[in-house]
Amino acid sequence: MGRMTFVFRRLLLLVPTVLGVTIITFFMIHLIPGDPARTILGIHATPRAIAILHREWGLDRPLASQYWLFMDRLVHGNLGTSLYYGVPVAGLVTSHLPATLWLICYAAVIAIVISVPLAMIAASRKDAVRDHIVRAVPLLGLGMPAFWLALILQTTLALKFRLFPVSGYGTGFTGHLHSMFLPALTVAIALCPVVIRSLRASMLNVLGADFVTTARAKGVPGPRLFIRHVLRNAVIPAVTVMGINIGFLIGGTLIVEQVFQVPGIGQLMINSIFQRDFDVVQAVALVFGVGVVLVNLLTDVAYASLDPRVRFDR
Amino acid sequence: MSAISLSAGAGAGDSAPQAAAAERAQPRRHHWYRQPALIAGIVIIGLILLAVIAAPLLTSWNPDTQNLNATLEGFSAHHWLGTDQEGRDTFARLLYGGRVDLQVAFIAVLFPFVLGTILGSLAGYFGGWIDLIIMRLVDIVVAFPFFVLIIALVFVLGPGERSIYIAITLVGWVSYARIIRGEILVAKRQEYVLAAQSGGLSNLRIMGRHLLPNVITQAIIYAMSDIVQDILAIVTLSYLGLGIQPPAADWGTMISDGQNFLTTHWQLTTIPGLVVVVTGLGLSLIGDGLADLLRPGQ
Repeated sequence: MGRMTFVFRRLLLLVPTVLGVTIITFFMIHLIPGDPARTILGIHATPRAIAILHREWGLDRPLASQYWLFMDRLVHGNLGTSLYYGVPVAGLVTSHLPATLWLICYAAVIAIVISVPLAMIAASRKDAVRDHIVRAVPLLGLGMPAFWLALILQTTLALKFRLFPVSGYGTGFTGHLHSMFLPALTVAIALCPVVIRSLRASMLNVLGADFVTTARAKGVPGPRLFIRHVLRNAVIPAVTVMGINIGFLIGGTLIVEQVFQVPGIGQLMINSIFQRDFDVVQAVALVFGVGVVLVNLLTDVAYASLDPRVRFDR
Repeated sequence: MSAISLSAGAGAGDSAPQAAAAERAQPRRHHWYRQPALIAGIVIIGLILLAVIAAPLLTSWNPDTQNLNATLEGFSAHHWLGTDQEGRDTFARLLYGGRVDLQVAFIAVLFPFVLGTILGSLAGYFGGWIDLIIMRLVDIVVAFPFFVLIIALVFVLGPGERSIYIAITLVGWVSYARIIRGEILVAKRQEYVLAAQSGGLSNLRIMGRHLLPNVITQAIIYAMSDIVQDILAIVTLSYLGLGIQPPAADWGTMISDGQNFLTTHWQLTTIPGLVVVVTGLGLSLIGDGLADLLRPGQ
């Protein structure tokens, strides 16, 4: 199978998944116990307000027709109206998206900066003390609640040592870089265990390859061997691991945005939960779901075009 | 399942001596008591379980009794870990909160384990359209970030333990289904299965009596790391006020309650968080140890 056929097939596979994502977000409203409109609007809602919401969501129609209405609105870029803010949800989501994208990219960069040297240290001598230490650290990180780490970093580095702002997004590129460091670090620390583990494994794999033995035999010095030969070949699997874990990475931003008051869609979602703003929660879940699907697609395509050893079978 | 695969060029020369070494090491490492990670994990989790079960023996304080004359006290012989903003004993809340969190986490891991194992077995064994439907469903659920879907589901279902169980089951089964399906795809071509099939045994019997006992190990190993994820989910939901409902003590609620006093009374937030980290470490060590024990040479 050729490269283009692979990309085309991968795109085709996207269709049922994205449709499935819309079906799941659509059905969320039907999981609300009792009458969704009454639950959302609260006990003081007037019958008229409930009737309006019923009509807007099409709750009085058959299920298939409700989903059709939902999809019809969706393809026209209409994600509903926020009950709390009284504005279109689509506008709310797009205005909150940049902060989240910033956080995700920043966190990914920090995670790489932390993980690559640690994985190199571990892989440079398998089963040595330093290897065991580097392998033990991720086990600590796996069970660490992100919001707890966020609170600890906020109190120590921001409140006590005043190195970084306590919260917010900052203005301008350097402002974002400074303000978002702690939130990004928190997300990165949660991601590191997974990246270190897989990077170490792929480096060990590369270290055993013939071309590394050849380079060693030619007398290439250690650091140069590691950077030019091992790292370059071990990074591709690591990028894939990042792509696969994008869901995990994005999930981590949710709570961290809330703790650091970063105006992203994660914070928008949590705030909307407290305000029982159903349309916004639904829309953000949808954006997250579709976002992850797209990133997975990009990872697969990038992996396929970067690594010449990839075969396009099946 | 994956559409792309990497040719096994790199590291192929390395694997033969490694496998031989692993084989030599196998008899020695085959005993559970020779696994340092497993032992360390069992000791950590054993101590934590013992402490939360024996809570009434370790502390005489009631975790929910308020004493507004003794709020925000520091460490003392009277209150080992001090008191919170409502004068409740922190040590007692830590122990009784652990009871709730661990109980919910251990129960919550069972439902997705069972559901995922059943659906994964069906998909792997029968293949065809059953496999197609189940695996498409897996793709869809996997598309959502774990926390996003869990939080959204608990929000629509309403806060509380029941919603936690439902949300974790609906989201968590996919990993078990993937693992079991992959294992069954390999195992069903083995001779003992072909023999059972030609012997005329029913599909249900082959799956239940012959295949599952041989493939369940991987799911059990995964369950250990899954409990860690479930504990994090429960604690996070409680932190947001969607999980364990007050006045019941719970590690997430304790962290949330204490965050307003972080600069003056750091222990209120730091200690419950550390307990979560240590619990996660213990369970991860058990998972790693089990993996080494049950699939030697990998």
